[in-house]
Amino acid sequence: MEGLSRRYGTVVALDHLDLTVQPGELVVLLGPSGCGKTTTLRLLAGLEDTDTGSITVGGRDITWLPASKRDMGMVFQAYSLFPHMTVRQNVAFGLRLRRVGAAERDRRAMEMLELVGLTEQANRYPHQLSGGQQQRVALARALAIQPQVLLLDEPLSALDAKVRAQLRDQIRRIQLEVGITTLFVTHDQEEALAIADRVGVMREGRLEQLAPPVEVYSRPATSFVAEFVGLTNRLAGEVQAGQLTVRGCTLPLVDSATPDGLAVALVRPEAVTLASHDAPESGPLVGTVIAVTFLGATSRVTVDLGDATIMAQLPTADATALPAGSRVALTIRPDPVLVSAGSDQAVPLPEEEA
Amino acid sequence: MAAVTSVGETPLAVPARRQAGMQAGRRRRLNLFRYVVFTVFGLFFALPLLAMARFSLEGAKLGTWSLTAWRQITSYTSSEGIPPLISAVEITLELAVITSAVMLVLVVPTMIWIRLRVRWLARAMEFLCLLPLTIPPIVLVVGLGPIYDKIAHLSLSALMLFWVYVILALPYAYRALAAGLSAIDATTLSEAARSLGASWFSVIVRVIVPNMWDAVLNALILTWALVLGEFTVAFFLLYVNLQVELYSISRNTPDAGVIFSTSTASLLFAFVLLLILSYVGRRRRAIRG
Amino acid sequence: MAVAATTRTGARPSWAGRRPSVPPWVGTVPFFGYVAVFLLWPTGIVVYEAFKNPAGRFTLSGITALGNSQVRGFFIGSFKLSLISSLIGAVLGAILAYAVASGNPDGVIRRLYLCVSGVLAQFGGVTLAFAFLVLIGPVGLLFHAGWYFSFPWGITVIYAYFQIPLMVLVFLPAIDGLKVQWREASENLGSSAWQYWRYVGGPLLLPAFLGALLLLFANALSAYATIQAWEDAIPYTVPQQIYTSMSSEVGLANINYADALALGMVVLVAIVMTGYALLQRRAARWLR
Repeated sequence: MEGLSRRYGTVVALDHLDLTVQPGELVVLLGPSGCGKTTTLRLLAGLEDTDTGSITVGGRDITWLPASKRDMGMVFQAYSLFPHMTVRQNVAFGLRLRRVGAAERDRRAMEMLELVGLTEQANRYPHQLSGGQQQRVALARALAIQPQVLLLDEPLSALDAKVRAQLRDQIRRIQLEVGITTLFVTHDQEEALAIADRVGVMREGRLEQLAPPVEVYSRPATSFVAEFVGLTNRLAGEVQAGQLTVRGCTLPLVDSATPDGLAVALVRPEAVTLASHDAPESGPLVGTVIAVTFLGATSRVTVDLGDATIMAQLPTADATALPAGSRVALTIRPDPVLVSAGSDQAVPLPEEEA
Repeated sequence: MAAVTSVGETPLAVPARRQAGMQAGRRRRLNLFRYVVFTVFGLFFALPLLAMARFSLEGAKLGTWSLTAWRQITSYTSSEGIPPLISAVEITLELAVITSAVMLVLVVPTMIWIRLRVRWLARAMEFLCLLPLTIPPIVLVVGLGPIYDKIAHLSLSALMLFWVYVILALPYAYRALAAGLSAIDATTLSEAARSLGASWFSVIVRVIVPNMWDAVLNALILTWALVLGEFTVAFFLLYVNLQVELYSISRNTPDAGVIFSTSTASLLFAFVLLLILSYVGRRRRAIRG
Repeated sequence: MAVAATTRTGARPSWAGRRPSVPPWVGTVPFFGYVAVFLLWPTGIVVYEAFKNPAGRFTLSGITALGNSQVRGFFIGSFKLSLISSLIGAVLGAILAYAVASGNPDGVIRRLYLCVSGVLAQFGGVTLAFAFLVLIGPVGLLFHAGWYFSFPWGITVIYAYFQIPLMVLVFLPAIDGLKVQWREASENLGSSAWQYWRYVGGPLLLPAFLGALLLLFANALSAYATIQAWEDAIPYTVPQQIYTSMSSEVGLANINYADALALGMVVLVAIVMTGYALLQRRAARWLR
């Protein structure tokens, strides 16, 4: 997709978007509501028209092709199964439109249902299925026509947390098995990081960064990405000569051309560590523990520094020694740092995960 | 996997076939269809009314204009000297008010109560509310004879028609109210209110109904339309309401024009009243919006 | 405070306090009682009287009188008129409803047409007949329709005037219930507009459409004032005949005749309404 733009009245939904997806790749479009990710998907599907630009699939320009002639399968957020048809009929619907014979249709439909693990529900009606099952049927239906591209519009948003995680992995598994090029839209960054080959973070109609999950997380291209993906601490500091001083810690900057002045540093919790085990008062950041959230191997410790609150991600062994109310001294690892946009602020980058 | 730059500013490439956008084209076709439909139906509905209005302004010779027919409406007096049409209008308006009030008080709490606590009766209520649409008023009149004989002991006023009018209005009002009720999550709202200590009365009056205002207004409009236009039952029960009065005027006056002026007047009257009612609804929406 | 949520069956929550157990359906008594007195009882009276003769004794003569050819003529007349006018009203009304539904949900046109429908669905009778008389009757302003006084086509045109708005009122919610995702999914899977309507939209709307059709049919069956004002010399339909026999001075025998006719109508209506109820259940499940 090149140069796609879309306006609704005075609202610019997409602003000259460029996006290229490789064959067999799963790209996740991630962003807050209104960022344009769903619009992008719908433009690709042909459910909306673009004001400018072009869309090419497999070398063919399909910009003006009607939705029904584009070879894509789409899974909607909810309610897309036809209530008057059984599961089997729903899945076979696309084939029926293509005049596939009844026996062949049935065979392919059952094949798809087996892929998503719902062969037993074949003769049930959508209202008899759970939300997760319905979405699996929707997936089967979209794949049944063997499209070139698979489109998923926040398919898990309407489901319970547990079902969401299971289904997410299942979708990824199926996508890899079938090897289909996929575009997945979500606002849940955990989902995006978990299954994507590449993540495209969008904001206000533009792509802020398009890179594999690890890169988006550990090397956010802009402060928006850094703040949207993963947790971030915002700390006041000062920039001087390409370096940032935050509460006594001197940190290098990602962008050494950042102008001097006051800034807000964006620090990942993993970059905040214990200054020392023995002397709670000796360290650049001294404060009182407010809460400890157990996350498994690590724990998130929220500390009140007096004029700010900071989150540190510590090994659980260390965290258990810090009950709420105890005093603790923290420091920030000296990794290159990003600055928050809109107010000239430096943001420290977390250390690269191996 | 090749890394691709994220944001690029390509020069605006405006394809020559911009106008051929599929969705835009479809929307245009749809709008064309809609305007054609509205025009055709609009004509069908408007023409008889216009004809009637035109005829009511007809003078002594065909083709001339005159207000005689309209003036005759008010000048047609009964033995008491008061134009009976005015009193018929009064009675009908009062009837409309009473009918609406009784209907709302009867139906709305029951609907909500059934929805919240006695779900299995919902279908029965829906069925009963739809029935009056299909039972001929003639049949009702035949069966109501004995009952209204007894009512006559209470009062001879035409206002007693409200007992029946509530029933006649049920199909329309119920549909409007049911649509409004099903659009809100009444169960959750009532549970929340009850947990805060509200009595069932408060739940209905202070929590649910305010969320149904549009539907209530809709139901009121439909009820008023019915009362203003009702003829058969009033006629056969030997009461005088607006339509009955119009009918008897048209039978008693040799001059044809009055028929049309009175008919046009009653339609206009109803329309204006209902428009006013619907505007009240719109303002409420704005306040809430 | 422990809070127990109200269960689906309406069991009293624990914090409602203890009271003597009055079953909740008691609250619906005012409504059902009212309807029983003013709707069911009159209907019951009619049914009952149909089986009596002028002397007050039980008889089937009223019922058997329904079998004679004249009466059959009335029922056929009613049936013909109702069927034709309801079909026309249903199809045209569905088109109009679709036009209204596919527009801006908050727009002026939608509100206007809904208000108009509400009013026009009521305005039958004397006024309406007059209006059409002036438009296409013998001295019609538009033209003189030779078929104006013919049965059933002349009167059908007049019936359409309130059947179509009624259809809009009844059918519009069903069209609203068609979720946009179904259209989009269908298109995405490769259907044309026609295929969508044939395989998805049509089947989904069918129960609601048939239900509305039945409603229109019953409505036309029971209409009286309009056709009477249109042409009161010869009765064509059952309601007209009921009126004639009721107001005739020729003796009481006709009251039971009228009751028997009314009974016939009630039975007919009961059949139609049962069909409607069954269809509604299907439609409600899909389009809610």
